[in-house]
Formats: sequence, structure tokens, C-alpha cells
Amino acid sequence: MSLIEITEVRKSFGPNEVLKGINIDVAPGEVIAVIGKSGSGKSTLLRCINGLETIDSGSISVAGAQLLPDEAHLKALRLKVGMIFQQFNLFPHLTAGGNVMLSQMVVKKTPKPEAEAVARRMLERVGLAQKFDAYPDELSGGQQQRVAIARALAMQPTALLCDEVTSALDPELVAEVLAVVRELAAEGMTLLMVTHEMKFARDVCSRVVFMHEGRVHEIGPPEDVFAKPGTPELKQFLGMQ
Amino acid sequence: MIEFTLWDILRNLLLAARWTIVLSLVSFIGGGVVGAILLFMRIGGSSLLRAFTRYYVELFQGTPLLMQLFLAFFGLGLFGIDVPAWFAAGLALILWTAAFLTEIWRGCVESITRGQWEASASLGMGYVQQMRYVILPQALRVAIPPTVGFSVQVVKGTALTSIIGFVELSKAGTVVTNATFQPFIVYGLVALIYFALCWPLSKSSQILERKLNVAHRNH
Repeated sequence: MSLIEITEVRKSFGPNEVLKGINIDVAPGEVIAVIGKSGSGKSTLLRCINGLETIDSGSISVAGAQLLPDEAHLKALRLKVGMIFQQFNLFPHLTAGGNVMLSQMVVKKTPKPEAEAVARRMLERVGLAQKFDAYPDELSGGQQQRVAIARALAMQPTALLCDEVTSALDPELVAEVLAVVRELAAEGMTLLMVTHEMKFARDVCSRVVFMHEGRVHEIGPPEDVFAKPGTPELKQFLGMQ
Repeated sequence: MIEFTLWDILRNLLLAARWTIVLSLVSFIGGGVVGAILLFMRIGGSSLLRAFTRYYVELFQGTPLLMQLFLAFFGLGLFGIDVPAWFAAGLALILWTAAFLTEIWRGCVESITRGQWEASASLGMGYVQQMRYVILPQALRVAIPPTVGFSVQVVKGTALTSIIGFVELSKAGTVVTNATFQPFIVYGLVALIYFALCWPLSKSSQILERKLNVAHRNH
């Protein structure tokens, strides 16, 4: 039984069709890396899954929650699937703890003491227990991204979408974020990540999706995709020619 | 001929300045309330409401305040409504202030990056929750300095109401000049009183701007 079902999804921006019929099924606990050149549609695909972009045709569902454009359905879907962004997007007017607490209290109506307990637990999980009262601009990029992960986890999603979560980080900060993601994968979280970290994708992912010009060009376990690319486009992308 | 001391002049001007202050407060607070309503129509309403507020703002920003005062004063009179000067002055200034504040605040809301909307949406928040807990708290911080700065324009704008016969500081200046024949002294004092009202406002706007910026950078 698939957790995430993406069926024949098409999406255009004006005359430019960026997704040309995407089919991917993700089983619970799978870690999927989406790779490809910029403009191949990989970020758009991720943003469609939790409804940040509308789709023109096809269907997407996550743990039974269908992607439909009204607010109630979107909310139900977004409670199933969290998202982490390249630019972290922490709320700058709230502390790290406040960031993790807000949506619990506002969306799930969790009472404050309970939300705070969850927030402390989640921040500890990403190694930032001592930063509960720090504001985002007092944190390094890597720490901010870890807070963003804690914030998403606090909503207890069944899957997480990671949109180039290390691309805005200084090289020395990439490892700490990837370590957290690696841990999540080990704990059985379903992850769908757009990434440029090929080594990470090879080590951690169960499957790799190579996107090219709005289509799933190749898909398979990392050993196959990285070692035996079947198409010239993937070979070129991996720098194997 | 009666002699007027400087104190006589100043006392009368200060008494009239009370009305400048009252009118400024009424315009600013009333304009703020109307402006806030217009703001939500402008950014969250249906396309009809959006269009209405856009034209409203363009109309009030694109015509002189003086014309708006005339229209409020004489225009309503055409419909047989007897409009006292204070009412026309208050009405026109409230509507004028609202137009400018709506536009200032819209800019502040739109200055909040798209990422904030996307992050809060991804956490399951609806539009009203996003506004209330994520966007407006940040926009408010951005909005305070320009809003306080604009209050200076409101204070100075009240001077125009003297033309439709509302007795505030400027009108009192004219009246006192007619009695004393000392225009330079009288209008000099009038200007000083306006300055005493406006300078603290612009100064605090500057201080707030610096302070809130620092707070934003490094809490």
C-alpha cells in the first residue's frame, strides 16, 4: 500500500509545461531522492504534493488525503505531509521554541504546556534543546534549518518533503543538517527530497528519481541509478561522459 | 485701538491649537480604523472589493485634500444636508487618511516574503491564521515608523480645514492677524506651534525606525 500516490500529474506555468505526466508511488518508510537539472520540474513536483502549487490534471494523495484546492482538504493534506524549505522560512518574530509551538497551538489547538513539551522534545531531537529561547537571527543557517525540521516534526506528519534543504548552507553546516535527515530516515520517516547531495542520496535513499524536462526519466535504487545510468541524459547529469 | 500683548496672541492661538490636536486625533484614529478595513478588503477581499479599494485609494491620492474638503462641505449641502464645518473637516480627513494608511500598510504586508506564507501554509494554517499569527505581527513592526511618520502629514493637513471655516490653529491665526495687524508675529507663532506638534512625531518615527530595525537584526 503506497503512502504517497502521484498519478499522471501535469502542471504548466503559462505556455510552459513543467510536469508532463508524473507517476510515482512511495511506500511508507521509503526515502526518495529527486535529482535533476534546474528547470527539470523537481521542486515544482515537491511543491505540488502539499498543494503549494495547483496541478492542472492528475491526482495526488498522501495517506488517503486527496489534493483538492479548497482550504479544508489542503489543511488535511498538509497535516499528513510536512515541508522543509531551502530558505528555512522560520518565523523571525518568534523564538525557536515559539516557531515549533505555533502551528501546534493554532492548527491542532494543542494546549500551550503540551505544545511546549513537544517543542522541547523536538528541538532536543535535532540537537538544539538549549536554543529554545533563541530567535532565528541568532542562529546559524544549519541551526535554523534544524529548527525548521523540528517545527515540521512537531505536527507529526507521516511524510516530509525536503526542498534542497542544504543548498543555502555554508559547506561546513551541511553535515549537521544531513545528520538529522539521516536519523529521520533511520527512524522510518517517509522522505521525499530534492537534493544535490549525491553522496547522501546514494547512502541513505531507497530510490532515486531522475527528472528531465518534466518527466521521470529514470527511477530505481541508488546502486542502479548511479552505477548503471540507462540514458545519456542521466550519464551527462552525473558527469560520467 | 486695543493693544495686544504677545501673551494675548499666543493664548488665543494655543486655545485654537486644541482643535488642531482634536481634529488630528480624530482623523488619525478614524482613518486608521477605516484604513484597516480597506486594507483587508484590498488584500483579502473578492476581486470586486479589491477593485473598489484600489480606485478609492487612487481617487483620494490623486486629488488635492482641499478639493475633498470642498466636496465634503459643499457637496453634501447640495443634497439638502446641512453640513457643519467640523463634520465636513473630520469626514474628509478621515477618508483621506484612510486612503494613505491603506496604501502604506499594504506595502508593509506585501514586504513579508512569500516563504513566510508558504511555511505557515505547509504547517496547515488557514488564511486568517496565517495573517494573525505570522504575517501581521511582522508587518506591524515594519509599519510603525511610516505610520507615525504619516501622522505628521495629518497634523499639517488639518490646516486646510481653515478654508471651510473650521476654527483650528491656522484659522485662528487669520482671525488674530485681522485683529492685531501683526501677521509676521502671529503666523510665526502659528508655525512654531505646528512645529512643536510635528517635530516630536517625526523624531519618534526616526527613533522607532532605528530601534525596530535593530530589533529585527539582533533582538
